[in-house]
Amino acid sequence: MAKIVVEHLKYRYPLTDELALKDISFTIEPGEFIGIIGENNAGKSTLCQALVGIIPNFYKGAYGGKVFIDDLEVAKHSISEVCRKVGIVFQNPFNQVTGSKLTVYEEIAFGLENMGLSRTEMMERIDYSLKLLDIYQYKDRNPFDLSGGQMQRMAIASIIAMRPEVIILDEPTSQLDPQGSEEVFRAVQSLSQEGISILMVEHKMEKIAAYSDRVMLLKDGKMVAFDTPQKVFSLENLEQYGVNAPAFTRICKKLGIKNQKNGCYPVTLEEAEGAINLLKNGGIADE
Amino acid sequence: MSNIEIKDMYFSYTENEPVLNGINLTLDSRTTAIIGQNGAGKTTFVKLLKGLLKPTHGQIFWDGKDISQMTVAQLAKYIGLVFQNPNDQIFKGKVIDEVMFGPINIGMSQEDALDHARKALSIVGLAGTEDENPYDMGLSDRKMIAIASILAMDTDVVIFDEPTIAQDYKAKEKIKQIIRQLKSDGKMVLTIIHDMDFVAECFERTIVFAKGNVLLDGPTAEVFAQKEKLTQAYLEPPHVTQLCNRLGYQQTFLTVEDFVAYVKRTLKK
Repeated sequence: MAKIVVEHLKYRYPLTDELALKDISFTIEPGEFIGIIGENNAGKSTLCQALVGIIPNFYKGAYGGKVFIDDLEVAKHSISEVCRKVGIVFQNPFNQVTGSKLTVYEEIAFGLENMGLSRTEMMERIDYSLKLLDIYQYKDRNPFDLSGGQMQRMAIASIIAMRPEVIILDEPTSQLDPQGSEEVFRAVQSLSQEGISILMVEHKMEKIAAYSDRVMLLKDGKMVAFDTPQKVFSLENLEQYGVNAPAFTRICKKLGIKNQKNGCYPVTLEEAEGAINLLKNGGIADE
Repeated sequence: MSNIEIKDMYFSYTENEPVLNGINLTLDSRTTAIIGQNGAGKTTFVKLLKGLLKPTHGQIFWDGKDISQMTVAQLAKYIGLVFQNPNDQIFKGKVIDEVMFGPINIGMSQEDALDHARKALSIVGLAGTEDENPYDMGLSDRKMIAIASILAMDTDVVIFDEPTIAQDYKAKEKIKQIIRQLKSDGKMVLTIIHDMDFVAECFERTIVFAKGNVLLDGPTAEVFAQKEKLTQAYLEPPHVTQLCNRLGYQQTFLTVEDFVAYVKRTLKK
């Protein structure tokens, strides 16, 4: 059974004239890793907030359609109910910090305390998620004394500790160094392999191509494509949607190399390497 | 052309936890990227340049003049810093007031400030938003307001702290143009950034920070050729360079265009 079902979702922010989300429908299975891409103001963050019920329960505005997580309709339940099933990592980690806790350790505990977990269970989960995000050494620091990247790791850890069934991440690695960013992608991938559904907004197309099962492309509040990374990044008019394909895809497009099997351009380092080696060998054979 | 000379600079927020360990650098007219692991001391370093923090040891010279003798307010005329988090920078209720705040406070007339602010907003693509509240706008637009606020001050040095966060392809291209324009206007541009492809396409010089020290410093192509050291600093080469490495190429290519041209040449042979 589908984990997330979105039916004809429409939304308009208060005091605005145009819909930010225009009739979006899709379903997502348990354990799927979904990449959400699109230009600035395409509706990516708005969609994330609609999936956890912050829209419409917090932001208000005009709302139409339905969002289900299993059989729970998010608009009809309080955020505190929905957040047991779905966790969101905000685009700006500063917005995620409660401001009511004096250490990183207690900050991670905040969500767990509100879920009413036992002390030992909490400590186990906090230790696990701090270590997973490699910030255990900062557990006694004040959250506001962390660097931007460390704070972003803390925000991710605080959601992972709550063990929701669906995790939404809005550009979770924007402030991380390249290896840290890779580590987060791997950690998130392992969560999806455990059956947690992942939706991640990201501008790092090479990462989206390497990790997503499917890629959702948004433009002006509409969903214009929702398919495998190979198919989406091979769209001829991709640039019109304000998206630059992964570097590997752009190289292969310019060289005219497609994957023979599926007729798409390579999207990952490995695929591009294989395709260019084939081309080189072909070149040698011609001589 | 101005330069900044950093001599034997140390800094720590708390005792026994050094953040910068004896930095020696001369910054010049080359567009420069500062890259490195989270917590390597990059943001701390630029805050020291701007005078927001004072070195625990060592000196910073601005055109030969020791800046420890200058106040933050005096330095503000010369060095502009676009904060990593625009919410730390933006505090006015109207975009135009925000962008005019800097220019007015460094002594520009109301008229000049308005003129500079309008130009800066149009450079970042936000002309027409003058009367909006920055907090009604998305993060990507607020990042652009933060950039416009510094551009409007027309400082000799412009420092960006992770300008590409939350920016899509078009906005990144716009930021590249802004950096190139600043360079051709004779400004010194420094940028902290984690986007290696952006570094490869945009910066002449790259400095790698690792655990409070300068690990690498040189022309961008040379820095990205040092694969082992980059790994040591928790970095990775740009995607195009990664593909070169996988294919066993001797040369380091930084852009898709250079790579494609090379492959086409070798295939013709």
